[in-house]
Amino acid sequence: MPTGTDIEKIILHVAEIMINELKLEDVTPETFDPEIDLVDEVGIDSMDLATVALVLRDQYGIRIDEDDYPKLTNIRLISEYIEKKLNEKSEAAAC
Amino acid sequence: MKTVSSLLDKKWYERYKKISNLNIRSSIYDVTNRCNLRCKGCFFFSSNEEKAAPEEMDIRKWEAFIDREKKRGVNLAILIGGEPTLCLDRVEAFYKHLPTFCATNGLIKISRDRFPDLMLGISLWGNEADEKLLRGKDTFSISSRNYEGDPNVYYLYTLTPMQIGKIDQIIGRIRDVDLKVHLQLLSNDEGIDGFNWKPEVLNDLRFEMDDVLDKFPDTVISSKYYHEIITTGKMLGRVFGWNECPSVTQPLDNRSPRPKRLIEFIRWASDLKTMHRCCTSETRDCFTCKDGAAHMSWVMVNKRAHIRTTKDLQNWIEIYEMFAKLYQFIPW
Ligand code: SF4
Ligand code: SF4
Repeated sequence: MPTGTDIEKIILHVAEIMINELKLEDVTPETFDPEIDLVDEVGIDSMDLATVALVLRDQYGIRIDEDDYPKLTNIRLISEYIEKKLNEKSEAAAC
Repeated sequence: MKTVSSLLDKKWYERYKKISNLNIRSSIYDVTNRCNLRCKGCFFFSSNEEKAAPEEMDIRKWEAFIDREKKRGVNLAILIGGEPTLCLDRVEAFYKHLPTFCATNGLIKISRDRFPDLMLGISLWGNEADEKLLRGKDTFSISSRNYEGDPNVYYLYTLTPMQIGKIDQIIGRIRDVDLKVHLQLLSNDEGIDGFNWKPEVLNDLRFEMDDVLDKFPDTVISSKYYHEIITTGKMLGRVFGWNECPSVTQPLDNRSPRPKRLIEFIRWASDLKTMHRCCTSETRDCFTCKDGAAHMSWVMVNKRAHIRTTKDLQNWIEIYEMFAKLYQFIPW
């Protein structure tokens, strides 16, 4: 798991989780286009996202709100969401 | 990785875009426990569902309930019964607040002044002889008179083993009254003598369904993939049944692992409190269940599995379009 908030590392990690959890074929974290629309183009639905969100929660210690799912349409947006939550967490811890 | 745009040409992609963001969230409501018919093989009465809960009689409670359903995210109310048109104030309460579909036997003619574009699905169980045998009267002669040429009406024709070889005659009669038809199948466990499906008959039926779709493309709202799935009970090598069914009432769904399913789907009894297990009879054997909506939904919730080959994805689109047409999300 990436330790910093390096967005490119998070993108690769999210892609890896997605590939493993949803058993996506013919794709690697490196070849997974982070801009591709997961719902429209890959057919990922809210149940899939919930599965991925559980793993992300365990690995990053952050919770993805179900109401936020509709906004999280590609891997880059998910990764930025994670980065933002991680930053909020570390700011809260520094207070 | 296979993606939608890598599999579809421009024409199919445009069709896909028309349905891909519909986000249909349906639930089913028993509007009443009463009916003006007693069909042999009606799942509602054969499994005593009319005794499951007493009807809520206060229309204000129905209105408050519909409001809660809307807040729960339901965007398609499917009204069944009993016979919903016996309680038009309840039908109207749904119709005014939610996109609504109403199943009916078509014996009571609803006023189009009161319900201008309410989509009705009229049940039909075969030709005159079979209708008399199963339902006590030839309902088609009445329902077709009530609704001839109505653009927001179609027949829900339940195919039985007795219909083999006769389906096109019935569809011809439906075309002649300028209505459309959707095909569904009787389930074996309704236990009527001589009306049980056998595998070889189902195979014949599949091709007869394909034939009528080819012959009456403007009348039959269907797809060959739907015919394959409902007659074989198989999709992409998977077998339909309890472990796969998408139409289980969500709060009662304790399956683990949970299959792909309809989000927030509930089938409510007419007391507005009791939930039924699924979209059809609680006593039905899932292994022989032929519920048409459950089979269509099975395909629809498994979109990602169909992003595999061009043909698979086109099949998925056709079934989604069929469902969207039947429930007025897209035009015929
Ligand atoms: S008309 Fe419909 S609800 Fe009434 S008995 Fe027949 S199948 Fe059942
Ligand atoms: S009876 Fe049919 S619709 Fe009901 S849970 Fe079983 S398979 Fe699903």
